[in-house]
Amino acid sequence: MMQHRSVVRNILSLLIFGSLLMSPLANKAQDGKQLFNQKCASCHAIDKKLVGPALKGVEDRWPEKAQLYAWIRNSAAVVKSGYPRAVEVYNEYNKVQMTAFPELKDGDIDAILAYINAGPVKKDTDATGGAQPAGTTEGSDSTMLFGLLTLILGVIALILLQVNSNLRKMSDEREGQSTAEPVPFWRNKAYIALSAIILFMAGGYITFQNAQGLGRSKDYQPEQPIYYSHTVHAGINQINCLYCHGGAQDSKHANIPSVNVCMNCHMGIAEYAKGPKLYREDGKEVDGTAEIQKLYQYAGWDPESKQYTGKGKPIEWIRIHNLPDHVYFNHSQHVSAGKVQCQTCHGEIQKMGEVYQHSDLSMGWCVNCHRETKVQFADNKYYSIYEKFHEDLKNKKIDSVTVEKIGGTECQKCHY
Amino acid sequence: MEQKKYWQHFGELKNSEAYQESLKDEFSEDLTIASGNGLMEATTPRRDFLKYLGFSTAAAMAAASCEMPVKKSIPYLNKPDNIIPGVPNYYATTFVQDGNVVPVVAKVRDGRPIKIEGNDLSSLTGGGTSAQVQASVLDLYDTARLRFPLADGKEASSFEAFDKMVSGAIAATAGKPVVLLTSTQTSPTTQLVIDGFLAKFPGSRHVQYDALSASGLLLANQASYGKYAIPSYLFDKADVIVSLGADFLGTWLNPVEYSRQYAAGRKVAAGQLKMSKHIQFESILSLTGANADERFIHRPTETGAVAIALLAGLGGAIQAPALKDERLKKGIAATVAALKAANGKALVVSGSNNPDVQVIVNAINELVGANGTTVDWSSTLQTRKGSDKAMADLVQDMNDGKIGTLLIHGVNPAYDYFDAKKFESGLKKVPVTVSFNDREDETTVLCKYAIPDHHFLESWGDAEVKSGYISFIQPTIAPLFKTRAFQTSLLKWSGNDTEYGEYVKAYWIKTLGSQDAWDKALQDGVIEKPQATSASAYNGAAVADAASKLASTKIGDKTELVIYSKVSMGSGKSANNPWLQEMPDPITKATWDNYAIISFAMAKELGISVDDNYEVETFKPVIKVKTAGRELSLPILVVPGMHPGVIAIAVGYGRSEKTGRAAANIGQNVFPLVGFNGTTFDYHRTDVTVEKTSETYDIAYTQTHNQYEGRKEVVREYSLTEFSKKPGVLSDERHKLAEDYAKNTGDYRVEGTLYPDFPYPGPKWGMSIDLNSCTGCGACTIACTAENNVPVVGKSEVMRAHEMHWLRIDRYFATYRDDSGGDDLDNLNVVFMPMLCQHCDNAPCENVCPVNATNHSSEGLNQMTYNRCIGTRYCANNCPYKVRRFNRGVIEKCSFCVQRLQEGKLKAKKENRPLETGADGKWDIKTACQQACPTNAIVFGNVNDKKSPISKIRNEEQKDRLFYSLEQIHVLPNVSYLAKIRNTDRHVGVADHAHHEAAAAAAPGEHATPAH
Repeated sequence: MMQHRSVVRNILSLLIFGSLLMSPLANKAQDGKQLFNQKCASCHAIDKKLVGPALKGVEDRWPEKAQLYAWIRNSAAVVKSGYPRAVEVYNEYNKVQMTAFPELKDGDIDAILAYINAGPVKKDTDATGGAQPAGTTEGSDSTMLFGLLTLILGVIALILLQVNSNLRKMSDEREGQSTAEPVPFWRNKAYIALSAIILFMAGGYITFQNAQGLGRSKDYQPEQPIYYSHTVHAGINQINCLYCHGGAQDSKHANIPSVNVCMNCHMGIAEYAKGPKLYREDGKEVDGTAEIQKLYQYAGWDPESKQYTGKGKPIEWIRIHNLPDHVYFNHSQHVSAGKVQCQTCHGEIQKMGEVYQHSDLSMGWCVNCHRETKVQFADNKYYSIYEKFHEDLKNKKIDSVTVEKIGGTECQKCHY
Repeated sequence: MEQKKYWQHFGELKNSEAYQESLKDEFSEDLTIASGNGLMEATTPRRDFLKYLGFSTAAAMAAASCEMPVKKSIPYLNKPDNIIPGVPNYYATTFVQDGNVVPVVAKVRDGRPIKIEGNDLSSLTGGGTSAQVQASVLDLYDTARLRFPLADGKEASSFEAFDKMVSGAIAATAGKPVVLLTSTQTSPTTQLVIDGFLAKFPGSRHVQYDALSASGLLLANQASYGKYAIPSYLFDKADVIVSLGADFLGTWLNPVEYSRQYAAGRKVAAGQLKMSKHIQFESILSLTGANADERFIHRPTETGAVAIALLAGLGGAIQAPALKDERLKKGIAATVAALKAANGKALVVSGSNNPDVQVIVNAINELVGANGTTVDWSSTLQTRKGSDKAMADLVQDMNDGKIGTLLIHGVNPAYDYFDAKKFESGLKKVPVTVSFNDREDETTVLCKYAIPDHHFLESWGDAEVKSGYISFIQPTIAPLFKTRAFQTSLLKWSGNDTEYGEYVKAYWIKTLGSQDAWDKALQDGVIEKPQATSASAYNGAAVADAASKLASTKIGDKTELVIYSKVSMGSGKSANNPWLQEMPDPITKATWDNYAIISFAMAKELGISVDDNYEVETFKPVIKVKTAGRELSLPILVVPGMHPGVIAIAVGYGRSEKTGRAAANIGQNVFPLVGFNGTTFDYHRTDVTVEKTSETYDIAYTQTHNQYEGRKEVVREYSLTEFSKKPGVLSDERHKLAEDYAKNTGDYRVEGTLYPDFPYPGPKWGMSIDLNSCTGCGACTIACTAENNVPVVGKSEVMRAHEMHWLRIDRYFATYRDDSGGDDLDNLNVVFMPMLCQHCDNAPCENVCPVNATNHSSEGLNQMTYNRCIGTRYCANNCPYKVRRFNRGVIEKCSFCVQRLQEGKLKAKKENRPLETGADGKWDIKTACQQACPTNAIVFGNVNDKKSPISKIRNEEQKDRLFYSLEQIHVLPNVSYLAKIRNTDRHVGVADHAHHEAAAAAAPGEHATPAH
């Protein structure tokens, strides 16, 4: 037994030592992955032609590394200089100019190239992620239990009351006192009044609850014209939310991306092959490739000739998050200024197949969040005008400033 | 000694019974259910019906298990690069109408222009606009626009077919002259197109015609300076401004620029009590006259005499004619003295269209040294070039059958030419007639062909408001209808297939040198090449002749007619714009009509008693106006400050049915009463007979609405002389308030109330309105309407005091009352006061709301939450300023443009920087009214920012003039006003017993003796 343990320990220490040795490289590849996804992935894949060439072995195709770096930073300049490889690539890809990335440092490019060489790391978890229909949570039966318990206790109380009154009657009779004819409990005015009150309150409560819920659509999950899986895009492929919903940082609307944004990637990605199997809520399997074909229909894209036919039409998505007209909501306020994560309101969107509404979007829900959320008070110079709060923070009178404190629960922050 | 009283309507002046009665109810109608006859018999069961309908719909919905409607969200197929849905884009372009040119910026959301702002890169307007400019965005969406080209009243199948027809028709006229008839044309490229077009058709010509003409001025300038042009007037450089009937703040030539200059010359700051002096001679009460420091009235026939008298007084070798009116004579003498004392810094302008009067005015300007100082010939105004004579000649030629083709753009002579009948008969004799007008107006319906031009928001183009000041027009939306640029048509018909848009681009890229320069110019919207002020060689040869002609003018002794134009309506091109129709006239406060304005004296003469009934009821007596064989029946409105012998009617009304729903059947067309003396149109008529009829007519006017329940003083006004002597008069009052109501701390704000004082930790919004700069033009009212989607209610609802404007302009008359109680109603001051929600920090509306739908924000806003409001109207009843409006069951009101505040704050937050509210000229936020104001009378900003203009105005620069309206009721408004200062020695403002004697000593009589 002891021996076994030491073997395990040795293996473990070896592994740790090895990973320590490997970690700089691994980190580099990790950075590279992030950079690759941010900068390159919209036009390139590692082992497949998209808008641009497949990048596997790119370093071998470029005789001079310096020229490759120059190309990545500003391809137009390299083409202009007449460097043969550059001109060759430029012509091969129909003279489509590659986006310039002057901000990339040598180290960044190294990292990207390292990632390209290493290839994407396959994770086992990916295979099981998502795809599970969102099940109902357990344990919601307790209400039923309590209700039943209350009912039983109520009946017992009633019986005891009856017993009590019978006993009193008997004792009265023994003592010779005459009593009035007993009233059956269903004609007892006190009971009737009591039950009326209980019914009224319960009915009122239920009516109020339901009325308040009118127009709210939490968990709304309509079937969309295309089965678009956030699990695949935002979860497995880790595409930044803002890549498609760029409006969220600039506009009041997050904006559903236009078809041309989809086609940035899907010009090259014509089939869904490697990911996990996709299922609808009812358990039906989804053919990812067929869904991509639907996109091509909308975009007017002929995957064979890799040409637009010019017969596209916009996709009529079904809107899930609806606010009443008298509410003003601005995405950029929350995303850019407030630095709120998308998931705070939209739930774990990266695990959703078809999207459903995660929050009830009620006023109470908004206001509660405004009461609790702290603003970027120290970091954003806009708030410098709040001199008193800054002083209080400094003097430790308060430890943070919530949205409510700067007026975030006032009517005309949202209603105008 | 007289005392003064500020009043908005006659009942208030006389404190009549009806006035007292009217103060009781802001909402005077009975509740429908209170009528006593049961619900369905109530006068308006509509609302009850809606209630039942609403309830049953809700119940049905509940029964149907509340299915939510499915909403679609449809993104672009290919999103245009520069559009982010939800974020507006702004494009610089230019408002052009009737020759008027104002550089603007159009706010475009999702490809739709929704709001017009002034372009602050223009040094002429500084971002100012007018009511017409603000309203012009609505004209784009006017359903009465002509939507396709018409040939013989039928839709042409295509532009090509149309071109073929017209080209063929022109060719068939066998070389008869082609005439292009337009309003004043200011575009350099259009001029090139026109030149090219005319060159193709020998014998053809271009006639420019202005319905509101400045021909007289142009002809006089030709005589005096050898130039058929209008110089730049520099009102800001003048210490003394004399206007002989020129409404330069309202409708004369280029009012936005003049308003800006005028206000600049009249900015008074603490310690710098210096401002220009403005003297107005006029026959009716104009907007400009209302702003004057001294105002003298005369008959229209005396205009020449007044001009000559001024010239004679200044030393012109000329015999001054005899004038009877003593006050007028004294006024002329005082004006002469002021002009002499101004030492070259004086400017005299005249609104007359009589070249002789303008020649005399030129001579006066020469004598006072204005030529080259306040009259600048380095750049000439391009917005009026029309020649009345050329137009009359054209009409004659048409009648003589000499014209083969008439192309009409932007003018409507069948409506606004003085002899429209002759024009129409001439038009019938022209074989080919083409109209480019935007709608089937009076002229277009008579034309054989019609091919509507784009709205300016759909157009490419350029405009030169003054020589060297170009502004550009770029489309902000694809054409809504099948319309085409009129220049494209001209190019096509002259054999050039270029689209005008391409033509403009090509021209400017060539002129400016590069695509980049053009892009920059287009982005800025303006290119300016200012030059040093220069004079023009003056020739006085015409003076003697002009003077003798004027001296021989018989001064009328009967009623005379003045034909004027309103700030809102102009010549009537925008008559189908309901925003403008519902804008109360600055002087009469009337909406949706024209009418005859007369003096009290004339009303008496006609047997019209200006009693309670006259004022409280909307119906007004109708009179018959006859002159030169023409006759009009119009209701009257009595206006103080009118000459007793004068009756005045505004143009722009009485449009045809096809002009549009809003324009049709409103008022009377008064253009047929315009005279023509062989050279110029005459907007005055002598020998007018007026008689009262038994008929009455309803006029919707707002002067009796929104009363202050007898509280005063709402408005403050002082004379420069008195204010210089006692600059602390307003702060003294504030001290007095503190003494009376804050005995312990001296802090009126905190101690004057039961409620606790709330600290405003972040931004605190405040607005300052300078009554000295406000001219009452109403641009802010319409800007507010456009920005906040304020509804138009129509004439019948305005009559019921249901107008919805969030920002109104209160017009106060201030008259002198002698000891016997008589009011001198001709000699008056007028004060304009923009009134909007004051966002009181101690707001009376807030604590009477049963559902807390109106409450206060931590930024000092009085918030109105529509979705919470249940419509009790308690708040409106309790508002001392009467600025709350009851619209469709809920109360609305000014929000300080909260949508702009939120947008500006967000912008600063996103850019991680402090909010800019005007420090160093940087603005994140301007309210719509502030942006629109041509005189910068409105300043808005963060009071807690020490560097912001609003904070500086309140605490440093304008401490003396600062007042809060009705401060004594301790509502703590967030809108402050700066008192009106009149540059006069007369006593103005409310009679103040404590200072009565001092005032009496300073102003020995009601007649002015100007300063200097």
